Amino acid sequence: MLNHPVIKLDQIRKTYYTGEMEVPAVRGISLEIFPGEFVAIMGSSGSGKSTLMNMIGALDRPTGGHYWLDGIDVSTLGRDELADVRNAKIGFVFQGFNLLSRTTAMENVEMPMLYHRRRIAAKEQRDCALRCLGLVGLSDRADHHPNQLSGGQQQRVAIARALVNQPTLLLADEPTGNLDSQTSIEIMGVFQKLNDQGITIVMVTHELDIARYTKRTVILRDGVIVTDELVADRLIADSELSNLRRAQQAVQLA
Amino acid sequence: MRIFASLRIAGRALRRNKMRSLLTMLGMIIGVGAVIGSVSLTTGATKQVEDQVNSLGESVITVFSGNFTSGGMRGGWGSAPTLTVDDALAIQQLPYVVGVSPEVRDREQVLANGLNWNTQVMGESPDYPQIRNWGVARGAMFSDPDVRSLAKSAVIGQTVADELFPNENPLGETIRIRNLPFEVVGVLAAKGFNLFGQDQDDTVVVPYTSHMHRITARNFVNDILVEASSDQTIYTVQEEITELLLARHRSKEQDFTVRNQLELMQARTAAQRSMGFLLAGVAAVSLIVGGIGIMNIMLVSVTERTREIGIRMAVGARGGDILVQFLIEALTLSAIGGTIGIAGGVGFSKLVAYLKDMPTVTPVLWIGIAFASSAVIGIISGFYPAWKASQLDPIEALRYE
Repeated sequence: MLNHPVIKLDQIRKTYYTGEMEVPAVRGISLEIFPGEFVAIMGSSGSGKSTLMNMIGALDRPTGGHYWLDGIDVSTLGRDELADVRNAKIGFVFQGFNLLSRTTAMENVEMPMLYHRRRIAAKEQRDCALRCLGLVGLSDRADHHPNQLSGGQQQRVAIARALVNQPTLLLADEPTGNLDSQTSIEIMGVFQKLNDQGITIVMVTHELDIARYTKRTVILRDGVIVTDELVADRLIADSELSNLRRAQQAVQLA
Repeated sequence: MRIFASLRIAGRALRRNKMRSLLTMLGMIIGVGAVIGSVSLTTGATKQVEDQVNSLGESVITVFSGNFTSGGMRGGWGSAPTLTVDDALAIQQLPYVVGVSPEVRDREQVLANGLNWNTQVMGESPDYPQIRNWGVARGAMFSDPDVRSLAKSAVIGQTVADELFPNENPLGETIRIRNLPFEVVGVLAAKGFNLFGQDQDDTVVVPYTSHMHRITARNFVNDILVEASSDQTIYTVQEEITELLLARHRSKEQDFTVRNQLELMQARTAAQRSMGFLLAGVAAVSLIVGGIGIMNIMLVSVTERTREIGIRMAVGARGGDILVQFLIEALTLSAIGGTIGIAGGVGFSKLVAYLKDMPTVTPVLWIGIAFASSAVIGIISGFYPAWKASQLDPIEALRYE
């Protein structure tokens, strides 16, 4: 039996109307992403990758074509149904972390459960949030506020929040854009670990070296796919990190 | 989304800007406080008038005898001898009548204890204290046998007691009216001045039979006091008295007049109603001003927290969830403001009552109205900002700086 795709895009188009002008941002993209994949969507600014990302994330509806997420035709849903799909099927990780300030890491992670269509008991929420914080290695920071955490830690909290409703898809928008190179590799390590556990990840980035930690690269230009290939020389975050630490030690010893 | 979680989110948002929340509530606090304070004080004042009116007796009907006309000169009500004791006894048989007292009045010089005092001597039946809603402080009212036996018993008012028996117990003592000895069997409770400024305690009450046969030689009464069973039956009783007396007197012209306390009360309630309208107007204006304050702050809050709204929507909050969140926030603001305002208003009126020695009544109904309307104002003024928040586009909201 064939594996069903998590994402199936069929001739997706998105056109913005600014006054009289028609601006086509995405011009007919077809794409299938299967469970367990780790895909980087790349492209320069204006290539349509953000628009595509918003549509995959059920934040926006295409003006043409169809999009099936986990077998559901998302392109025909209304506002409320889209919200429910985002809540149940998608976990978001943003470039700017987008945590609620003055709210503990724990409460940030619990937030998506508040909007779940099924009522989740307070105890279950806490357990679930703690488990997800454990997955990203932050169990001991549960009651810290975002401003007491480093950038890397904040992004881990965001990842924990994205995981808490057990989504079928983890969607990351430039997740390392605000982080230094070492922390970026650490975050990619978290993603690789989650991917190894079977979670499907789609990530938008414009950094080639970050894309090398994924398994498949899709490159867009002017709203169409120009390249779709598997990553040949894949980097493993753990070994890259130990390389980096060795190099730093060498500098300090010298 | 659950209400409890919404309340927690609202509480956190309000605590984040304590000063701003407080200032926003201030509109509500002042509005509600002013309403509750002024209602407490005016209700207190009205209550005072009401007590005075009630001191005349509740549901009391007075039957005056007709006017005396002689050669074109007309006397006032009660000047013609048309009402008799038999009329009073007949009225007593009517339904809904719970008390009747034929009343005879005369000013007399009263002697006792080597002192004397000019006072109003009333002839009444034993129903008198009940009709006038007037307690007997010491001793007891004379009884029906006393009335039948023309007993020389008297019940005296507090002023008479003070004037004739200073620092003495008047019970069992003898007072002389027109040189006839009357035994003091009771002292009426102090009642104070009536609405017209007369000292109601300056009086001596004796059985009407004794008054009519021993003090004054009369066969008519000045008026008849009748107590109806309640406010509702008072008009029925009034009509029946009129019919009964017309039949008894067999006169074509009505030679008596029937009046009741309700007429006085109606004038009072009319005044009360216009005061109520005035207060309601003040309340409406102040609550609207408070509501505008809340709406203003909620609009600012929505703009300020656009990004938060975007995040919540991205993780799956529906427009409705956001709407409820902001509505609860506005509701919390106005309800807390309203509660503080109620407490402040009650406190203020108590303070004024204490300092100025004015009566206050805490208006439970108005507290309910004030709380409910502050909640309603919160929902109304919170609705537009909350609706605006719920209509935000998640992509735009996330991008908002």
